Amino acid sequence: MNAPLIRLNGITKKYGVGDAAFQALRGIDLTIARGDFVAVMGPSGSGKSTLMNLLGCLDTPTTGQYLYEDIAVEQLNADQRSLLRRHALGFIFQGFNLLARTSALENVELPMVYRNIPRQERHRLAKDALATVGLADKFANTPAELSGGQQQRVAIARAIVTSPSTLFADEPTGNLDSKTTIEIMEFLVRLNAERGITILLVTHEDDVAAYARRTILVRDGLIATDHAKP
Amino acid sequence: MIGNAFHIALREIRRNVMRAFLTVLGVIIGVAAVITMVTLGQGTTQAVKNQISSLGSNLVMLRPGMGFGPRSSSAGVPNFTVADVTALRDQIHGIAAIVPVSSTSLSTIYRQNARSTSITGTAPAYFGINNWKLARGRLFDETDLRDGSAVCVIGDTTKTELFGTEDPLGKLIRIGKTASSSSSSTTTTKETPYSSTFQVIGVLAAKGQSGMGNQDDTIIVPLSALQHRLTGRTSARNISQIALSAEEGANSERLVADITSLMRSRRNLHANEDNNFNVFDTRQIAETLSASTKMMTTLLAAVAGVSLLVGGIGIMNIMLVSVTERTREIGIRLAIGARAREVLLQFLVEAITLSCVGGLVGILLAFGLCVLLARLIDVPFLFDPKINLIAFFFSAAIGVLFGFTPARRAARLDPIEALRHE
Repeated sequence: MNAPLIRLNGITKKYGVGDAAFQALRGIDLTIARGDFVAVMGPSGSGKSTLMNLLGCLDTPTTGQYLYEDIAVEQLNADQRSLLRRHALGFIFQGFNLLARTSALENVELPMVYRNIPRQERHRLAKDALATVGLADKFANTPAELSGGQQQRVAIARAIVTSPSTLFADEPTGNLDSKTTIEIMEFLVRLNAERGITILLVTHEDDVAAYARRTILVRDGLIATDHAKP
Repeated sequence: MIGNAFHIALREIRRNVMRAFLTVLGVIIGVAAVITMVTLGQGTTQAVKNQISSLGSNLVMLRPGMGFGPRSSSAGVPNFTVADVTALRDQIHGIAAIVPVSSTSLSTIYRQNARSTSITGTAPAYFGINNWKLARGRLFDETDLRDGSAVCVIGDTTKTELFGTEDPLGKLIRIGKTASSSSSSTTTTKETPYSSTFQVIGVLAAKGQSGMGNQDDTIIVPLSALQHRLTGRTSARNISQIALSAEEGANSERLVADITSLMRSRRNLHANEDNNFNVFDTRQIAETLSASTKMMTTLLAAVAGVSLLVGGIGIMNIMLVSVTERTREIGIRLAIGARAREVLLQFLVEAITLSCVGGLVGILLAFGLCVLLARLIDVPFLFDPKINLIAFFFSAAIGVLFGFTPARRAARLDPIEALRHE
């Protein structure tokens, strides 16, 4: 792996002002290589969610530098960050965050709508993505008609249909039973291995983090430990 | 992108048809009310114009009386004379035709049928001045007038009432004797000393019901026949009305002024006395009436416009609720790369789609209402594409105006906050 995909340099994040101010991140330096599979762990309030929001370009740091590929993310405005997310990033969430009362197919098509991909092309790509996650026969179902594991797989299909370079997974198995958790995690491992998608995973379960190649522990706004599997 | 936002908007409306209907009900009612008011107003104006022109388009009428309207009085006011008619004809420019008119209400009998009818004695030019068309038979002429022939021309209602389905032409009717005591400022009711038999020589085409009463319930006879055979020639002042038609293109205001000043001097009125006669110019009446119905229409349309505005507030209300309900959806869209302006566009298009659908439904409703109400209040239904288009674009503008605030609120949401929203 050549140039790193992500470089964080002295990132801090402060919420609020004056006495009520809260220092969520106190100076993070982090480099993530292209194609890596990183788990971010930490107790609640540690700053791991703030870190993930920054990495996912949903938020901007108070100070510090964030280079995604060669783009200085901290200098982008909201619309520019939207475009970066649209073209380079994919997201899956603990609560799945699918559009309710909307078919699996339409959910998967959603990111392509904003990419102005023509309708037929969208249909084709969305069906391919649903087939990849093993839901080829469920494309007409709405989230209410799918199990939790199936919903998360629709969300994964939505995240990967645009072939992002990085996939952000925020507690993706938090709402799932252990059997489904294993299914989803094994699928993420395969995506990472077969497609070279960089995966950033937030979790507080050790056995979920164990699927990652590298585990970062955040505590009190700083990186406490950073272990890579040999 | 707009096509897609439109697609999403239609799907949102389909998802909750009842709510969408209630949301746009205000716009539907507003659009329907504006169009209905304007359309019926135009129909009423047209109906008034039709009625006036059925009287005769260049008709000017002189009647004795002080002032007019409810406080008018004809008591003690002298009638006109035939000499007044001659003087007007000879001295005033711009008169095409002029006739004396003497009206009274008498009983008429044909076999077992008897009824009280308005009897008008006049000259042949009366028919042209008052825009009467002959349906059957003939009108009386100057010879009949000179000879005082006992002939009459009857209106459509009188024909039906007296003769039913029988052919009235050539039939004899008895007029007079048992005088009815109808009292009105326009008919001079007297004890009738005579009765006489008249032959029906013509039937007039119906003018239809008008604001002036049923004009078709009438019998018209030569003035000389009325005076000699029915009312008696009690005095020279027995002309209750003078009717004249202005020449084409004549200045009607000038004509009315000339007539007024001549009649004042002929009736020996001093400069400080009020007129004891009225001059009605149908063209002026028509203009006044259509101006006032137009103003009424504008006023009603403005009131209806306010309800359209209130309808817009209804849309804004529901769109604000919708933005709150769909905060999570907005968060998802922002996270996967929608820009603020795309979220704004989506909600704006949704509001516009709602209000346009409301506008279209309102137009359909207005069409039905107009057809129904026009029949009910008996005015012509004049479909006006202009007001329909205006109302539709106004409803679209309402969507933009009241959809913008909720849409901007949606677009300004922070993706992290929005995703966390329950």
